[in-house]
Formats: sequence, structure tokens, C-alpha cells
Amino acid sequence: MRIKIDTSALRETSSYHYAIRFLFGGCITAAAGMIAKQWGPVVGGLFLAFPAIFPASATLVEKHEKQKKEKIGAHGTVRGRKAAGVDAAGSTFGSLGLILFGLIVWWLIPYHRPVWVLPVATSVWLIVAVLAWYIHEML
Amino acid sequence: MAQILIRFLIGGTVVTLFAILGDLFKPKSFAGLFGAAPSVALATLSLTIATEGPSYASVEARSMIAGAIAFLAYASCCSWSLMRLPYKALRVTIWAMPLWFVVAFGLWYAWLRST
Repeated sequence: MRIKIDTSALRETSSYHYAIRFLFGGCITAAAGMIAKQWGPVVGGLFLAFPAIFPASATLVEKHEKQKKEKIGAHGTVRGRKAAGVDAAGSTFGSLGLILFGLIVWWLIPYHRPVWVLPVATSVWLIVAVLAWYIHEML
Repeated sequence: MAQILIRFLIGGTVVTLFAILGDLFKPKSFAGLFGAAPSVALATLSLTIATEGPSYASVEARSMIAGAIAFLAYASCCSWSLMRLPYKALRVTIWAMPLWFVVAFGLWYAWLRST
């Protein structure tokens, strides 16, 4: 399956939905810092991979897909739910990359400059996630 | 208080940027990759390195591995449920949230607690 860039989705998403993501993302980042201060970095670190905006994103995907179907007169409830399921399946590949991201930062950050380690770890996240997605599409 | 506000603003911005990236791509399964982007981790670790140093950030990153494994279990559960059960996305993703806590804190108990 070919990867495409479609800017129309940006027009379909209201500023309210971006504000929700900003709010949840900001809250969990602030919370992760406060948890680490209160209970230490071992507990605080768990929340660096907390699915904070996942429910908001899945709901948005479901809503967009449902609206698309309803525009052409079809009933889009099942289609919307399945689209959210497919989106969630994509996130499983992303989370494989997230495991490697954590591993690389854990190993490299004490010995190398952060200005290199974080971009390298982010690149590895992307490569692993895309590779896992690609292998899944091939099967 | 100022640091919490800075964390909130940086975290919100990075998370929103990754969410916009996710919105741009098709197919949906590919766009979903960005739902598990290291957005909170990038915002938090950058600030932690600046304030607490790299050793502290390294400990957080090790715990993040447990959080990411929990995310994998959570996203798999959500995907399976949304494909097969007749419930709305919001209900499924909220109901499955305890799974993240069980896996993350289970791994913390088994692996990280004593370190």
C-alpha cells in the first residue's frame, strides 16, 4: 500500500480537537515531571509512554470516517469504528519503535551529548515503526 | 510552578505537532504510527536533561521501556476490540486504559522496583 500525504484532513480537524490534544499532551508532560519529583524517576519514567491523546485521536478518526460515509448517504458507524481500529493497529507498530527509543536513550544518554542522542533515538523510532508497518503490509 | 507551566507548554506543543503529522498521512494504519510517537518523552527528557542531568534522564528512559511495552499491549487491545466489538472508540479506549496501568506497574514491580 502506498503512503500518501493528504492535507485535507487538516481542514477537517477543528481547532477544538487540536486544543484537546494540546491540553492532554501538556497535562501528561507536566504530570510526568511532578510524578518523577514525588516518587522518583523510576515511576515517573513509566508515564513517558502513557497513551495520553490516544482516546482523543481514535474518537476523531472514527468521527471523520463516519462523516465521510454519511456524506454519500451510507451508514458510517461500523466503518468509523473499524477505521479507529486500523489507526490503533498502526499505533502498535509505533509502540515497537517507542521501546527502542527508550532503550537507546537509556544506553546512550549518560555517555553522549543529548543533542545527538535524542534525534538518533527519534530516527530509530521512526525507522522501526515504518519497518514494522511495512512488514505487516507485506504479509 | 514556572517549570510545570514550561513542561505543559512544551509538552502540548510537541504532542500537537506529532498529531498534525499523523493527520497528514494515509493510509490510516500508517498514520496510526504517530499515535505512539515519542512526543511526551522528547518534551520531558529534554527538560529533565537540562534540570536534573543525563543520569536521571537515563533512569527515566529505562522506565519508559516498560511504559512502551504497556502501550503496545494497550494499542493491541484497542485495535482488536474496535475491529470486533460493537462499542464506540471513546468507550473502548477509555475502558482499556487500566490495561496500560496493569502492564506498566506490573513490569515496574517485576523489573524496576528493586533497582
